[in-house]
Amino acid sequence: MISRSKALEALEAQSQELDLTEKPLSQWRLTMRRFRGRTSGMIGLGIVVFLILVAVFAPVIAPYDPNEVLIGKEEGIKPREKPCIHILGCPEDKPQHIMGTDGNVRDEFSRVIFGSRVSLTLGFFTVTIALLVGSFLGAVAGYVGGWLDNVIMRIMDVILGFPSLLLAIAIVAVLGPGLQNALIAIAIVTIPAYARVMRAQVLAIKETDYVSASIALGASARQILLRRVVPNALTPLVVLATLGVATAILEAAGLSFLGLGAQPPTPEWGSMLASERNNLFTSPHLVFFPGLAIMITVLGFNLMGDGLRDALDPTLNR
Amino acid sequence: MADLPLVQVRDLVKQFPVKGGVFQRQIGTVNAVAGVDLDIRRGETVGLVGESGCGKTTLGRMLVRLLEPTSGSIVFDGQDITHLKGPKLKPVRRRLQIIFQDPYSSLDPRTQVGNSISEGLRLHGVSSKDERQERVKRMLELVGLEGHHAQRFPHEFSGGQRQRIGLARALILEPDFVVADEPVSALDVSVQAQVLNLLKELQTELDLTLLFVAHNLAVVEHISDRVAVMYLGRIAEITDRDSLYQNPMHPYTEALLSAIPIPDPDRPRNRTILQGEVPSPIDPPSGCFFHPRCPIAVSGVCDVTVPKLMQAPREQDHLAACHLRTGEHRELDESGSAFGA
Repeated sequence: MISRSKALEALEAQSQELDLTEKPLSQWRLTMRRFRGRTSGMIGLGIVVFLILVAVFAPVIAPYDPNEVLIGKEEGIKPREKPCIHILGCPEDKPQHIMGTDGNVRDEFSRVIFGSRVSLTLGFFTVTIALLVGSFLGAVAGYVGGWLDNVIMRIMDVILGFPSLLLAIAIVAVLGPGLQNALIAIAIVTIPAYARVMRAQVLAIKETDYVSASIALGASARQILLRRVVPNALTPLVVLATLGVATAILEAAGLSFLGLGAQPPTPEWGSMLASERNNLFTSPHLVFFPGLAIMITVLGFNLMGDGLRDALDPTLNR
Repeated sequence: MADLPLVQVRDLVKQFPVKGGVFQRQIGTVNAVAGVDLDIRRGETVGLVGESGCGKTTLGRMLVRLLEPTSGSIVFDGQDITHLKGPKLKPVRRRLQIIFQDPYSSLDPRTQVGNSISEGLRLHGVSSKDERQERVKRMLELVGLEGHHAQRFPHEFSGGQRQRIGLARALILEPDFVVADEPVSALDVSVQAQVLNLLKELQTELDLTLLFVAHNLAVVEHISDRVAVMYLGRIAEITDRDSLYQNPMHPYTEALLSAIPIPDPDRPRNRTILQGEVPSPIDPPSGCFFHPRCPIAVSGVCDVTVPKLMQAPREQDHLAACHLRTGEHRELDESGSAFGA
């Protein structure tokens, strides 16, 4: 029926060759392929997977209950008086306490291990809430436009106008200290970032020809938003969310350090730092290990986020 | 009924606001389409040509109701669809489709092309998945691709193949009227011919009425039955292909045609070179929009009243909007046009 030129035949031959690679290459598969080629991203992914495993298997790994005061329960255990840097050998702590014991004579190692649970859940929950609320607001603002856009984005601007930690402190001060309220506070202060990115994406995507094509085919606004706009807008949000986990963990640690987040005796890295900060010179390992845990977690999520961003951006081909 | 044009456009206007200043107040309007009358008959291909920014795409998009007209009316198959909305518009959408210029932005990169093509079927109540797949497969074969390509993603195809997919998506609902918005201008010349021929074949096969928007006169000559020339938001001339290329009435058309390169170095060329630039559609000239650049314009006539599309003397079906050639002031035409005096 159609007169096929040689060029077309060549194209077809080419596509026949492609068929040998059985499955079609979705954007997602392409991304994963690119991600695997990036060392730093893979290291970040490794760290994150490791942390998740630690959090999941915390009761198995940790030798002690993180909140158990060991005084009187173990031979020779007593509150520390002399300076002691454990990792270099501290005579009072028995060898089974590999990171020593803290000021309340609890096993530091178990507390650091259990701390990963608190930090990771908090990180994931804040980001999930902020991502859902923020991208919903951004999508509506961008797609509907007009006065609604103005109202939503001006509220976001107001939130962004405050330094985020200060605003989080203010929100916690209103809601009362506690891990749950810290979570809500951090989620609220990070919503505008997601809303802005989502709005910008939606504004760009709704002008594309494939959205026009869907309109011409008779799709409703809701169908277009859910089937065309949101799937195509997700890429930068995924990157932002990954990096956002790191920020959220850091802010949660900051709030806990100030006594506004996790309350004792919850083993949270930030509050562990706070409770031992006066012993910085006598037993620095008690500050060092929670601090190190925070750093590794943040580094892991940042590396993974950077790797994802590079993998998702097709213009950044090495 | 059979003689009634499929699409009747009357005095269609589209204005875009120009916003500026601190508070984004409206400081002007762009007259993208400034009063267009156009009849498109069943089964014919109308080519729409004009320079960049003359409003051809805007007109095409209004016809398929992707843009809301500012004023005027569009009557499609006896029904006024100018301001239809929601559920009343949906059945009309099925019969009006559009093919886009850029094959790279017209397909959703995250959707398998099979799903992109079958979207229309899904939206218009073909609920059985098997039937949809079957029709997508048939459609892909009709446009010269293969059925198993349905599972692939747009980035796996070349520009020409993507444009075929765009064709399949527009045609699967078996529309009556298709606006092809410069469907080949983003393609290589060798692929252009393939896609054009495919479009022509499909038109006969599926009994389509086509508005073919382009800025390439050669392409338009190849595919059109009738050609409309647009300048600054208005139609300057509309007639069947042969009389446009042989006996252009409007001075703008003459200038356009003289710009087509002739592949013969010995042949002397009689070029009409237009002076100046296309005026801004924000602040169009008075009277005939073309008068500041027109070689035959007569002051006191052309810069005062807007010329209407009028029948050319001694020719059937040849309309041009020029006071001096088809209008009431033919005696003022001193250019010696064969048909003017």
